[in-house]
Amino acid sequence: MKVVTGDKDIIQPENLVYKRSSILTDKQFSYCPGCGHGTAHRILAEVIEEEGLQPVTVGVCPVGCSVLMYDFLDIDMQEAAHGRAPALATAIKRLLPDRFVFTYQGDGDLAAIGTAETLHACNRGENILIIFINNGIYGMTGGQMAPTTIPGMVSTTSPYGRDVKTMGNPLKITELVAMLPGTCYVTRQSVHTPAAVRKTKKAIKKAVEYQKRNMGTCFIEIVSNCPSGWRMTPVEANKWMEENMFKFYQPGDLKVPPEEPEKSKDDNE
Amino acid sequence: MKGNEAIAEAAIRAGVDAYFGYPITPQSEILEYLMEANPYEKTGMVVLQAESEPAAINMVYGGAACGKKVMTTSSSPGISLMQEGISYIAGAELPCLIVNVARGGPGLGTIQPSQSDYFQACKGGGHGDYHLLVLAPASVQEMADFVELAFDLAFKYRNPVMILSDGAIGQMMEKVYLKPYREREKTLPEWATTGKPPTRERNIITSLNLDPYLHEKHNQKIQAKYREMEKNEVRFEEFQTEDAEYLFVAYGTSARVCQKAVQLARTEGIKAGLIRPITLYPFPSVRINELAGKMKHIISVEMSAGQMVEDVRLAVNGQTEVTHFGRMGGVIPTPEEVLEDLKSKI
Repeated sequence: MKVVTGDKDIIQPENLVYKRSSILTDKQFSYCPGCGHGTAHRILAEVIEEEGLQPVTVGVCPVGCSVLMYDFLDIDMQEAAHGRAPALATAIKRLLPDRFVFTYQGDGDLAAIGTAETLHACNRGENILIIFINNGIYGMTGGQMAPTTIPGMVSTTSPYGRDVKTMGNPLKITELVAMLPGTCYVTRQSVHTPAAVRKTKKAIKKAVEYQKRNMGTCFIEIVSNCPSGWRMTPVEANKWMEENMFKFYQPGDLKVPPEEPEKSKDDNE
Repeated sequence: MKGNEAIAEAAIRAGVDAYFGYPITPQSEILEYLMEANPYEKTGMVVLQAESEPAAINMVYGGAACGKKVMTTSSSPGISLMQEGISYIAGAELPCLIVNVARGGPGLGTIQPSQSDYFQACKGGGHGDYHLLVLAPASVQEMADFVELAFDLAFKYRNPVMILSDGAIGQMMEKVYLKPYREREKTLPEWATTGKPPTRERNIITSLNLDPYLHEKHNQKIQAKYREMEKNEVRFEEFQTEDAEYLFVAYGTSARVCQKAVQLARTEGIKAGLIRPITLYPFPSVRINELAGKMKHIISVEMSAGQMVEDVRLAVNGQTEVTHFGRMGGVIPTPEEVLEDLKSKI
């Protein structure tokens, strides 16, 4: 296709500012309109491409909306049982120490059924990256309450809002893993604005670098949305996320490697 | 050396790449032995104590999906906890070794030896239509020998293999001949997830198939594998069956008890014999069917309420009477008890 403005072709290599990552397959995302998964996949793919990691990357998919993540990324991947991804990643990294190993998990997967695997992998300081998508809900099964559902939030299994007295408190697992000696980099990001996307991509790049240097577990929480599960339009969902989720799950670094405190501080400003 | 130690030493020598385990009696010596031996220094074998049995079996999944020789060991309650992972491993067609040094159940049960996990080991155990290839050692020597055999079979069929032992064989001390060290495999299978080079398509290890017709095909493929195993991998041992009129069917510890019972019976003029299945799945049905025609009575002797007896009956197919004799809850029957039971059938 040629786009012509006036009499000049503007599609020239020197004018190229954006392209679809070669790590993304041709398969169309199965995610709902407005969902954060697609953006999170895309920036992860871009980092793998830009850092030349395709031949050394082994990823682990969760059970949840991103269960078919291996359809979308042109990399070697394993499909874990619900919550067990960090156990798989532990073995992969121990047996193939020079590979880039990551898990990609939702909140139900990581913070409910997989709590033990998450905490212990982080506590052992496995040299892996855990990407944690937190939208406060079980998306794939139709919008049930998750361990991260915030107080008062409506879901199909908390139809009158989460009552912490009877349903328990939301689990701030990112704060928890930041306390563990095995983690080297723990950060909370989002992908709902171009600026947020850039910062999250930068966080993934840092995690790649830290993993190369065997510095311990990197943990990136991406606070995300679920327009379908929240029964909102994509725009409403992002607004609701900013106004409610961010109050409870404040974006920013929770833990950075000791040698780079200044640099990371700057990144958050 | 102890049966448990034999498994551990044989694993190092067989060139196993990784062991992931969680302590549980009566098999903790395996993890202890490996930690003390520290094979990472010698052969590069990874040994890691996991936070739970579900974590251990999922580490096995992750390692096996990299094409590596990976194993875990546990005992009955721990094996129950692993069932989810074992089902995924079977579904994703990954080779690995799982050792069950069984103890008496149900529940927390006892730490004494038992054979009450036969159904769980041979009929699937977890969800879905699948089978493990199940080897049943009856000596410390076989504990050692079956490690290498298990991996050869696991990789041949891309299927998990279980060694179904029990607390008696795990704790028992016998002389063992150990094989020389085998080098760890340097080339990994083409299906392994090791990072996608430009020269091949990406590798995906999964047990998920949302299309029911595709998933039926996948199931058919797995079932075809089991039929191949039934054709090629049946292993058993016979003891004084040539002229036998009465037959014991027993595996593992029970087989050793029955061997003695056969000797006792023979001194009293009773022509008894024994067939010992070495593979519990695939089961030596064909041979038991052949033998059944000559037998006045067949007794399946198990340290359980009678589980294998169902497979024996299917194999015998009504040719002669089949009964079960066993003790439960961690009790090992004596040869005299077994002989008494036999006499009651004459």
